Amino acid sequence: MTHTSSVPLYWRLKKSKYNVIGTRCRTCNTAYFPGRQLCQNCRRKGEIEELKFSGLGKILSYTIIRTAPQGFEQYTPYAVAVIELDEGTMISGQIVGNPAGLKIDQRVKPVFRKISEDGSDGLIHYGMKWELVDGQ
Amino acid sequence: MTQIGIVGYGAYIPRYRITVEEIAKVWGENAEDIKNGLMVYEKSVPGADEDTITIAVEAAKNALARAGIDPKKIGAVYVGSESHPYVVKPSGTVVAEALMTGENVMVADFEFACKAGTAAMQCCYGLVKAGEIEYGLAIGADTSQSRPGDALEYTAAAAGGAFIIGGSPLAVLEGTVSFTTDTSDFWRREGEDYPKHGARFTGKPAYFRHVTAATRLLLEKLSLKPSDFTHAVFHMPNGKFPTTAGKELGFTSEQLKAGLVVPHVGNSYSGSSLVGLTAALDAAKPGERILVTSYGSGAGADSFSFEVTDRILERRDNAPKTEYYIRKKENIDYGTYIKLKRKLKQ
Ligand SMILES: [Zn+2]
Repeated sequence: MTHTSSVPLYWRLKKSKYNVIGTRCRTCNTAYFPGRQLCQNCRRKGEIEELKFSGLGKILSYTIIRTAPQGFEQYTPYAVAVIELDEGTMISGQIVGNPAGLKIDQRVKPVFRKISEDGSDGLIHYGMKWELVDGQ
Repeated sequence: MTQIGIVGYGAYIPRYRITVEEIAKVWGENAEDIKNGLMVYEKSVPGADEDTITIAVEAAKNALARAGIDPKKIGAVYVGSESHPYVVKPSGTVVAEALMTGENVMVADFEFACKAGTAAMQCCYGLVKAGEIEYGLAIGADTSQSRPGDALEYTAAAAGGAFIIGGSPLAVLEGTVSFTTDTSDFWRREGEDYPKHGARFTGKPAYFRHVTAATRLLLEKLSLKPSDFTHAVFHMPNGKFPTTAGKELGFTSEQLKAGLVVPHVGNSYSGSSLVGLTAALDAAKPGERILVTSYGSGAGADSFSFEVTDRILERRDNAPKTEYYIRKKENIDYGTYIKLKRKLKQ
């Protein structure tokens, strides 16, 4: 049996899957991902706007997946990391390529990849993954 | 009259490579003969999580970075490929969304074997020239299929090139023509995993006839001659074909050099001539002319003349050059190749 994700849910979420879209408070310049409509610091004085993150950041922590959930088996072994984005918030995501030799604090940049597939006849889910910046 | 042409361009080549030796070893063939015959030494292989859509998005992001325009001003997204991930559900819808073009955008997927991307470029040029859209995005990208053991396995590669067409270009599109006939040299039927080809028939009546005819038509239309161009790019199913076609038309190997990406990338089908064009643009100086002639089985060829402007100097370094992707590689063995291509069906 193949896992079939919810088509409407996927559609609602896609904006924040294809790009890192969150919000920023213009008053104190705090970035939020996922986006928030109310600034934690400024409360009602905060002016919230949509923010497209650069996607650049560094690895805060990671784990290597060797036994993958359904739909991800072909990628093993792969790393999933918590990334600190340059704008100052955290996001989790898969790191592409061989996970051997990954280190905390390495710089990463976003890449657009297939995330999973609902079998050979279902939807293909696209989104962002991260790749090490060259020369580290 | 306002000038129309390439406002931004970008390439993307997956990082994995498999050498001719590695494939020849599996099938007991002579690698040296194959390398000499094809002038191809290794080819790109997409990662398991890469396909035509992801390659198109990465190339288009580079084009957008060079163009430096608001993506909302892109009025058309046309993706040319013979390996669209869905048979029904356009690749362009994902590409447009990922680039954040906004929803007021014309989108369609193009198919014409290896020249679908240049056909997309012609349509964008026409729409911009007619004043219907401000900018159009034309992409040629493929993850080419080849049956294990088929001669195509040595060359069928993956890559893409993306071009934003509009005003204030870094290379003016001076003119374009096509030459099209009903010639069946290479085909793939609905539902089939791998293409079939007419083996030796693919050369003379197909590739060479169409590429030379389209190029001659273009030169005639614009009253130009081969020596008016600094760079020339012809579709690259291998290294031999474009070199031979160029020679027949009166182009020197020096003119072909910058755009001849096939020896270390392979044939990326719809990406082939367009990735060649990105490499030529990476090398070109303002005032230089670039000729591009694509080829698509079935069969047809599209020919273009571009004249590079001063704007290339300020935009070129805003995205990685094609050479960067050619050098950034990881060689894999045949087993890994099969795993990545998922040729072993469960
Ligand atoms: Zn605030």
